[in-house]
Amino acid sequence: MTQDQGPRQRLRIGFAKRSQLKYIAHLDLARTWERAFRRAGLPVAYSQGFNPRPRFQIAAALPVGVTGRAELLDVWLDEPTSPEQVLARLRPVLPVGLAVLSSEQVDLRAPSLQSRMRAADYVATLDSAEPVAAIQARIQELLAEPVLLRQRQHKGKLQRYDLRPLIQTLTAEAGEGGQVSLKMRLQASPQGAGRPDQVLEALGLSLAASAIERTRLHFEFDK
Amino acid sequence: MNVENVLERILPTVTRPARYTGGEWNSIVKDWDACEVHWALAFPDTYEIGMSNLGLAILYDILNRQADVLAERVYAPWVDMEQAMRAAGLPLFSLESHRPIAEFDIVGFGLPYEQLYTNLLNLLDLAGLPVLAGERDERHPLVVAGGGAVFNPEPLVDFVDAFALGDGEQVVLDLTRVIRQAKREGVSRESLLRRLAGIGGVYVPRFYEVRYHDDGTVAELKPTVPQARLPLRKRIVATLPPPVTRPLVPYIDTVHNRAAIEIQRGCTRGCRFCHAGMVYRPVRERPLNEILDAVDEIVTNSGFEEIALLSLSSSDYSHIETLIRELAARYGPRHLSVSLPSLRVESVSVDLMEQLRLTGRRSSFTFAPEAATERLRGVINKPIADDDLLAVAEEVYSRGWKTIKLYFMIGHPTQTLDDVAAIVDLVLAVRAVGRRSIGRKAQVNVSVSTLVPKPHTPFQWVPLADEDDIRTQQAFLKEHLRGPGLKLNWNGYQETLLEAVLSRGDRRLGAAILRAWELGARFDGWGDQFKVEAWRQAFRETGIEVGFYARRPRPLDEIMPWDHIDTGVTKSYLIRDYEASLRGETRLDCREQCYACGILTAFREERAGVAAEAWGCPPLTAR
Repeated sequence: MTQDQGPRQRLRIGFAKRSQLKYIAHLDLARTWERAFRRAGLPVAYSQGFNPRPRFQIAAALPVGVTGRAELLDVWLDEPTSPEQVLARLRPVLPVGLAVLSSEQVDLRAPSLQSRMRAADYVATLDSAEPVAAIQARIQELLAEPVLLRQRQHKGKLQRYDLRPLIQTLTAEAGEGGQVSLKMRLQASPQGAGRPDQVLEALGLSLAASAIERTRLHFEFDK
Repeated sequence: MNVENVLERILPTVTRPARYTGGEWNSIVKDWDACEVHWALAFPDTYEIGMSNLGLAILYDILNRQADVLAERVYAPWVDMEQAMRAAGLPLFSLESHRPIAEFDIVGFGLPYEQLYTNLLNLLDLAGLPVLAGERDERHPLVVAGGGAVFNPEPLVDFVDAFALGDGEQVVLDLTRVIRQAKREGVSRESLLRRLAGIGGVYVPRFYEVRYHDDGTVAELKPTVPQARLPLRKRIVATLPPPVTRPLVPYIDTVHNRAAIEIQRGCTRGCRFCHAGMVYRPVRERPLNEILDAVDEIVTNSGFEEIALLSLSSSDYSHIETLIRELAARYGPRHLSVSLPSLRVESVSVDLMEQLRLTGRRSSFTFAPEAATERLRGVINKPIADDDLLAVAEEVYSRGWKTIKLYFMIGHPTQTLDDVAAIVDLVLAVRAVGRRSIGRKAQVNVSVSTLVPKPHTPFQWVPLADEDDIRTQQAFLKEHLRGPGLKLNWNGYQETLLEAVLSRGDRRLGAAILRAWELGARFDGWGDQFKVEAWRQAFRETGIEVGFYARRPRPLDEIMPWDHIDTGVTKSYLIRDYEASLRGETRLDCREQCYACGILTAFREERAGVAAEAWGCPPLTAR
């Protein structure tokens, strides 16, 4: 097999991961997509080698427990298929909680989504007894810190890192029914990614969040 | 209580929360109110193991096909989830509709092995049901159990209302019919149970009474009501029903995270230690075309990247080579890998391996010689030749596979240390073959378990091997089977001992199971959860002598606690085969020659109704 016979098309699919699917980790989500592509009968390209894998890439892992409203993945196909047809074939074979929102063709040689990711927006809904002003005050305190040393699990080991430079924006506003919406933009690049649960923890609010959603991914090409 | 709200709160705090959410592709959520009979299918082990059990998948499919019946699943919550549920007061709920299990009409437990007994009690308790059958009434679901372990149901009679013996496909519909009628009539629990006792293959233990001799052995088991019959013959399906073609697709990784199709039920080899080989007779093959059509549907409906061809001995399936060749041709280019979980050394051809290679991605080959000397293989009736094994190993390694898994058992009757030493020689010989072929990448993974004599087998009279002997043999293996390219697994003796006690136990064990559960025993098959002290205390307090059940040579004329359960294989056949074993006589594949185990007499009618080639047993001859 020569290089010329590689994939013929690359599609960028926008999707949402909702409801109970938030409990599914990244690798499990990848397997769920792989099986959905197969059920849809899409001509997904496979990698070469001893253990061929279907070629698709999810832009960014969602932390377990967080839903995603505007996620992205790229998939490579062996036969040209229109973006509309891909959506139409996927819709009936997706499990509850997974939905496709958009599909567009991208250049086969375009850089990977992961390499161009810069930041992500999250909204945490807080069931907090505290007034919004008190939370805003805490945010100001937190943002005033030059360094926020935190610990997190990384490949089974506890790792110390500085959370502060990963927080680009952080605001709180009153929402419906006494709830507070905490909005944050966190760095999410090959150099490092902030996690919304860690921000909540740093604010002393980890138990207050009833839902966390990733609402937008920012890429270098978004400008 | 709102189950959803509580789940929202506790799921983020437990490991692998997706075990408890349901919603898997191909799961079936029916309208509760539109259904008359509600089944909860319970597998009392983790989600990952339960989702890999084909038996419950078959029943889930069959029951949900009935218009007025629904079946939902429940597995054993892991210890952290159990703790969270108890703390929150959340009762055990089904995965499909998140409804409390106590609201179902019937809870059907699948019990393939004995280590699940305390989990069965725990699930009943988590559901808010009395664990003792005698304390449940019309307000509670009926509790039934089926599966391989219930061919000796006696240790569980205190907890289970009714047992379904043998193939479940028809009996679940019979149970459904009787329950539907009973619901309409609003009959009492007692009269429902009497009706159930009248169904073939259904055992309602409270309608039988056991008397014991002074020495503790069983003197008699007799029915106490007219509806209770003896003997209790297992049910079989004469022809395998159509396979499940819309399998559940888990989100999280499971033990067997793949599609499966049963290509054959039963085994004709007659290994004397093998419970499944005795209790799942006769051999029934699925027609080749039915398999090929089903594989197509399964792959399309599920999206699985791997399919397993299941059988107790898949390489013995008559058309195995044609099947694999056809699958390789159809699906090789589509990246579907095919796995054969149980291969016999003597029926694996070079061609078969070549075809399997084309279906890709298989990481290893597994063979189970079980014993390493010709003499001992004669005793256990698994007469394979070392040369054949080495030749197959050569073919495997030379085709690019790096790992061969070998299963052995120690503690077989008449086994000596020489037989154990031969395991070492054979394993090293396999590694040498691998090294000649692929050098130091060659790997041999060896699992050595201890024989647990099982009911309804020719070894049911044999004592479990002595603890000191087993420890000596395991130490010998550990010393000699180490080094590059070798990995050795074995079982702890205490776990083996518990399995041996429960396997051949009688009704009196119920008290000990209850006490062990009260003392915290659950997940007894999980090494890190097994609580040997809880069991010791439970046996002590309830006056159970483990040696009586596990370590005693039983006389051939003793009434076994499970003698009233009729698998179709006669006790006189088991005695003849046990005696043949002590003479080292083998009985080869019973497809070649019928050894009159009793199946054909027990299931004459079923045999008469199917084609000559549909069963491993010979067609009936005119009498």
